[in-house]
Amino acid sequence: MTSNLVLAVTIGGLFACGIYLMLSRNLIRVLLGFLLAGHAVNLLLLSSGTGGVAPIVGEAKNGEPVADPIPQALILTSIVIGLAVSTFLLAMAYRNYQVTREPEIADDLEDSEYAGSDPSGGDE
Amino acid sequence: MTWLLPLAVILPLAGAGVTLVASRRPRVQRVISVGAVTAQLLVELTMLLQVTANGPMVMHVGGWTAPFGITLVADELAAFMLVVSSIVALTVLVYAISQGMADESETPETPVSIFHPTFLILATGVTNAFLAGDLFNLFVSFEILLTASYVLLTIGGTRERLRAGAPYVVVSLLSSLIFLAAIAMIYAATGTVNMADLSVKLPQVAPGIVATLQAMLLVAFGVKAAVFPMSAWLPDSYPSAPAPATAVFAGLLTKVGIYAIIRVQTLLFPPGSFGTLLMLAALATMMVGILGAIAQSGIKRILSFTLVSHIGYMLFGVALASQTGLGAAIYYVAHHILVQAALFLGAGMIERVAGTTVLARVGGLAAAAPVLAILFFVPAMNLAGVPPLSGFLGKVGLFEAGVEDGRVLALILVAGGALTSLLTLYAIVRVWGRAFWRPVPEVTGLEDESDALQTESGRPLAVRRRAQREAQARVASAEAARLPIGMVGATTAIVAVGLLMTVAAGPIYALADQAAGNLVDRSGYVDAVLDSGVPPPGATGSKNTGAGASVLPTDGAGSSSDAGSAADSGGGEVSTSEAGEASTAGLGSTAGSTAGSGPGGGP
Repeated sequence: MTSNLVLAVTIGGLFACGIYLMLSRNLIRVLLGFLLAGHAVNLLLLSSGTGGVAPIVGEAKNGEPVADPIPQALILTSIVIGLAVSTFLLAMAYRNYQVTREPEIADDLEDSEYAGSDPSGGDE
Repeated sequence: MTWLLPLAVILPLAGAGVTLVASRRPRVQRVISVGAVTAQLLVELTMLLQVTANGPMVMHVGGWTAPFGITLVADELAAFMLVVSSIVALTVLVYAISQGMADESETPETPVSIFHPTFLILATGVTNAFLAGDLFNLFVSFEILLTASYVLLTIGGTRERLRAGAPYVVVSLLSSLIFLAAIAMIYAATGTVNMADLSVKLPQVAPGIVATLQAMLLVAFGVKAAVFPMSAWLPDSYPSAPAPATAVFAGLLTKVGIYAIIRVQTLLFPPGSFGTLLMLAALATMMVGILGAIAQSGIKRILSFTLVSHIGYMLFGVALASQTGLGAAIYYVAHHILVQAALFLGAGMIERVAGTTVLARVGGLAAAAPVLAILFFVPAMNLAGVPPLSGFLGKVGLFEAGVEDGRVLALILVAGGALTSLLTLYAIVRVWGRAFWRPVPEVTGLEDESDALQTESGRPLAVRRRAQREAQARVASAEAARLPIGMVGATTAIVAVGLLMTVAAGPIYALADQAAGNLVDRSGYVDAVLDSGVPPPGATGSKNTGAGASVLPTDGAGSSSDAGSAADSGGGEVSTSEAGEASTAGLGSTAGSTAGSGPGGGP
């Protein structure tokens, strides 16, 4: 099977940008990073199948290669899941802004306590 | 009887839909969600009986046969896990209803009406994950249960929960992306995502590629299961969730990860591959987890760390890859689901009685709430593995399997497991001794304390109410210690089921061992799913000439791996045990005819 270099580089680039953005504390950046990395995975799924004439509907003449429909079904599902998760992330970012008035996730008060002297904190 | 399989998934999903519609009627919501989970439990018990008697049950959803469509499969392992998880889901649900989490909010803005639908969707995801017969369906179930868990973890949307939820969400998203990428690569390499089909086809792929795929899957599942290098998110996020949510997460979510590891390790990949790495990870998980637990000062955090630690035991059993090791691991998973959930429910009641779970501030609970003391003591001792209880039996099983294995690393793990068990005893006795036995701690005046708490959690109202509760607990009057009957009842039920694991240890352990035997054997599962062991020629032919061209010769030469030979030997007429159901009979016959032409046209 021949590999598509453009596709491979695109997938790699999307992954790199996506993971970089997901390392941020800003939830909107995390969302953008998730979308990019999600696209990278979708393209990876796409590249796992073979290309060709539209399958199932019966347009293929004799011997013509038919596109593999399964990766496309998987991508569709993955896009839908991505939509749901993006919605949740947006809601979470908005709620975080409502509570803290900042776009970033707040510091953990407990952790700052631990970093200090007295580890008497705990739950809640 | 294969209609039982989708029913177990549909019941909670339909329940979720109905409870969402009935969001303004809490009473209806309660009845429906308890009813749905109870019905699910009954379905799963029937399924377990059927499976132990007749072998794996298979359902091809929509009539698309095995390698192409969505397949639901229940073998002994899946059915057993389903029953245990539904028991936990049911008790936690009753507990949550009784606690009032589902009805009245801690903060005025909390959209509480979503608790029941979300919880039922979580149950749907867990059920679907156990029944999934292909990797992509497993991925979808993971997403279902994870999305539900994001909502449950951040329910109420308070500052602290958002802070704790964000790392959990990001880590889970990342592991999902890795999982999906692994699925894409597996499809590229083999042309299928069906696990039974993969079991036949993966031995034909070059070993280096298989190892890459296996590593990706193990990382993805390792994050979910909180295996050591990927475990840091768990003790950070779990303690801040409400007690019932933590209990159900601790009981089910990590175990779904372990289940996925067991499934792919036994079904897809060569037996015992990555064994050394898994054993090292198991040892590190045990030790790091339990040392973390000893260093903590809050009950929920201690429990979260022991949860991480005990994942190591299960991973140890999986790494051994022998029937005894897997059997002990399966028994241990069931034991740990029940015990850890019971402990988190107990911690929730401690928080309710004492107003806090910070060890420095609680005390004298044995006098204030004797019932709670017993309900916490029994699973605590069970977790630590004190002799007659099921934790002890599971650990003994694992140690026996380790000694039987005989490798030096396995023996080191046996020693590490014994040490972890003792340290667990220390950590958990420290909790019990401080919270229950010692006299009420002398703390500064109530005013100061409530101020301190206020800055800590940023929730003045709830904290003040909690401080009042705390004051009542100080007085240690029976009045203050009165817990809702549902909370006590639910915890009692789950502790009792945990004890049942001890009392009925013989049959349950035999069931786990039988499940492990079928995992090691593989052929029963593969035959049941594929009808006949011969892969249908359609998609695979073109795939092999494409991606798998370089690996075909090894297949033609006869693969030496026992997986391949086992599947081949099972390929004959063994599949008569598979019940041909009415719905799949038509397609089954066509698949049979195409499969029949396979050997002639294939190699």
